Amino acid sequence: MSVSSTTQAGSPSGAGLSAAPPDLSAKRRPGEMVIKLILRMATLLSVVITFGIIAALIDPALAFFREVPLSDFFSATDEPGAVRSAVFPLMVGTALTTVIALALAVPMGLGAAIYLAEYASPRSRKWLKPTVELLAGVPSVVYGFFALFFVTPVVLQGWLGLDVNFTNSWAAGLVLGVMIIPTVASLSEDALSAVPQALRQGSLALGANRMQTTLRVVLPAALSGVAAAVVLGLSRAVGETMIVTMAGGAVKNMALDPGEPHMTMTAFIAITAQGENPVGSTSYNMLFAVGLLLFVITFVINAISVTAVRRFRQEY
Amino acid sequence: MSVATRSARETVEIRLSDGRSRERNPASILFLIALWFSLFFGVIVLVSLIVDTAISGAGRFDANLFTNYESKLDKSTTGFRAGILGSIWLMAFTALLAIPLGIAAAIYLEEFADRRSRFNRLVEINLQNLAAVPSIIYGMLAVAVMGLLGYQFKGIVLGGAIALALLILPVIVITTREAIRAVPQEIRQGSLALGATVWQTTWRNTLPSAVPGIATGTILGLSRAIGEAAPLLMLGMAMVRWDPSSIESKVTALPMQIYHLSSMPQEEYQVAASAAIIVLLVMILGMNALAIFIRNKFQKSW
Amino acid sequence: MNKTPSTITITPDHDPYTPHGTENSVSQLATPVRDQPGELPLVPPDPVMDARDLNVFYGDFHAVHDVNLKFGRNDITALIGPSGCGKSTVLRCLNRMNDLVTGARVEGAVNYHGQNIYAKGVDPIAVRTHIGMVFQKPNPFPKSIYENIAYGPKVTGMKVDNMDDLVEEALRGAALWDEVKDKLKQSAYGLSGGQQQRLCIARTIATRPDVILMDEPCSALDPIATSRIEDLMLDLKQDYTIIIVTHNMQQAARVSDRTAFFTARPDETTGNRTGLLVEFGLTSTIFSNPRDKRTEDYISGRFG
Repeated sequence: MSVSSTTQAGSPSGAGLSAAPPDLSAKRRPGEMVIKLILRMATLLSVVITFGIIAALIDPALAFFREVPLSDFFSATDEPGAVRSAVFPLMVGTALTTVIALALAVPMGLGAAIYLAEYASPRSRKWLKPTVELLAGVPSVVYGFFALFFVTPVVLQGWLGLDVNFTNSWAAGLVLGVMIIPTVASLSEDALSAVPQALRQGSLALGANRMQTTLRVVLPAALSGVAAAVVLGLSRAVGETMIVTMAGGAVKNMALDPGEPHMTMTAFIAITAQGENPVGSTSYNMLFAVGLLLFVITFVINAISVTAVRRFRQEY
Repeated sequence: MSVATRSARETVEIRLSDGRSRERNPASILFLIALWFSLFFGVIVLVSLIVDTAISGAGRFDANLFTNYESKLDKSTTGFRAGILGSIWLMAFTALLAIPLGIAAAIYLEEFADRRSRFNRLVEINLQNLAAVPSIIYGMLAVAVMGLLGYQFKGIVLGGAIALALLILPVIVITTREAIRAVPQEIRQGSLALGATVWQTTWRNTLPSAVPGIATGTILGLSRAIGEAAPLLMLGMAMVRWDPSSIESKVTALPMQIYHLSSMPQEEYQVAASAAIIVLLVMILGMNALAIFIRNKFQKSW
Repeated sequence: MNKTPSTITITPDHDPYTPHGTENSVSQLATPVRDQPGELPLVPPDPVMDARDLNVFYGDFHAVHDVNLKFGRNDITALIGPSGCGKSTVLRCLNRMNDLVTGARVEGAVNYHGQNIYAKGVDPIAVRTHIGMVFQKPNPFPKSIYENIAYGPKVTGMKVDNMDDLVEEALRGAALWDEVKDKLKQSAYGLSGGQQQRLCIARTIATRPDVILMDEPCSALDPIATSRIEDLMLDLKQDYTIIIVTHNMQQAARVSDRTAFFTARPDETTGNRTGLLVEFGLTSTIFSNPRDKRTEDYISGRFG
């Protein structure tokens, strides 16, 4: 104990501080302020983009709806006239390919997620996960090419002997499904891994095996997270363009036979954009009306997914 | 399980006698096989995609593929010079636009923003939503932006770069934020306790430590942009038979050229497109490999 | 500035800074203590800093209640108490590091040379250049040893004639020079834990602070490294005022001149634990002859 080293009043502290009180007053740092302002503006840009999208879509879309009544837009058949305005068949096309895609991607993605989260050793997980995610890195134009020149002629018509059209919803939907497997798998795996270990141990201690534990304890506990993964996959499927444009067909078709070609909303936009529609014409503006509809649909789906993710994050 | 109905004593015996077989019953084995299948289904598809495309394009891995423009006269020597150069130009300008903006927004959100403020929460939700907006919508936004800038023809380097930069901006912001967040709080506190300002701390300490993570995320974002065709389609990019020379040059991209050729009936074009797909995949794989290399080599483990 | 000569003792009954028994219900928990004749004055006669009615909140959570403390010049003051008693929170208030915690709110005053550092117009960055901090876990920057030391003077815009000399001086001051003089350009991460912590101390003194706050600086170190840091602290107190949070009572007894004992009082309705100051006095008194039953229990190892 160094009690003996008595403090001396008024002795100068070694830090060189003299009797004058230290200056603590706020300094102006103009450089810092400017930088902060620039950073803030860059952040604001993300909000500007959202409003920009809405503005870019709404203006021509409103011009379109001044010419074409909503009832014509949401009708099942094109009214006679210059503009083929019916959007309902496009929604059917989108729904059909999306359902097929999810029917493939949900079991495959979830299966992969369960394996990665519950069965794989940390070492094998380290290379299995990037391998699955590689599927998301393949450009959609490549998938479209594959659907058009391999899946339809070789797999569907050749191996399976199906009587399908050159462009059809089977090929587009299935390949779309392959593309969104990583989306479903990645988020589902996060949700499964977030389930506390104690829950698993509790189940195993009761004598349940791994499969029972996974299916009856872990999966139900992670359900909202898995749901968010599926919803995000759904939004990807609805918004994907190149696969359905190349392999799904360019025909408005209300028939629910996936062997037939169906034009989706995104394919309509892509195909119409390449056509000879003068800027400002009603048929050109319809592009934006469909784009707005697509944006609203994916936005709502996303909002649902984000909410679901928040919920499962709160749970644990 | 019928075990539950038996006496406790019996249960113990069963568990002791066939302990391992509880994991080896037919249902469990089938379940595991199903998991294996779903894990490797995608990989099988990917391998068959690459093998099939490589076989179809095998005849065209020649110099012409890289040096020639698209040709209607001599279809068997048609090339992707315009697309490859166009993609490189588009990537460069996309990076120039998206990287500074994305990093700046990420720094603001991580280091300066008050996390509880309503505005910042709105920005965060907005970013999540933007990351899932269909790429073709970004094409429509770019059309509007180019219209505002006064361009009649929008399929130029600037238009494509704007579309792709807008598209990958949310990705870059999100991955950069993760990289910044991975720098431990103690480092920031150490710097602030010495009397450094928040920006000094960010610029001299946090950012240098986060560079590998930022680079990885940025490259992955760009590798997504290089494969995109839909937004470029919206801009009206068409066949081009010259090299880009300025930001106002009419331009095409490799994915656009692949799309264009695959809609042609001639077999030679499909063969060429197959070869171009392999080129595109190699470019993307190269970027991904670079990203993984940077992550493994330079990422600090704190 | 307080120019009170050391021979005059401020008795707790007249000093608003010292906890005593009449102010309010919580202060009643703090036991009045009196000076022993012939020893150091109980309350530092020449405080560099003092905390006055300090209350800290994290959102709705009341983390620290009504702390009144004085920190003497060139003293080592130890803040001790069971975990969750708010001692680290109090320490972090002393150079406004608590500003960095989202939702943190400070009431009361922390005076430094008579200026309230929480007053309007005070720059927390300026405060931190005078009042440095060493953390629980050694946190050198991922830079070279040299750059670690030069960082503070650079960012604060200190006028430095010769940076090499300053680096050497700081490293000598932290008793690290002989060990690292040949590898100044190497990464600080190559040093041992104890060396890293001494580097952090060197980094702090390079900016020439007045007060050094230490938040459990030895909790991540082995006994040998710990004793080196303790020796260093006894050297440093010749030039600096040191305030240290420690969970190690022997350490407090070995190095400190004065000790403040904190405890946590659970809220009856919410169960949240609010930290409060129980007893403040000379370390020798606190450890040999504590006035409060809770201090005695803690020191004799009965709780905490």
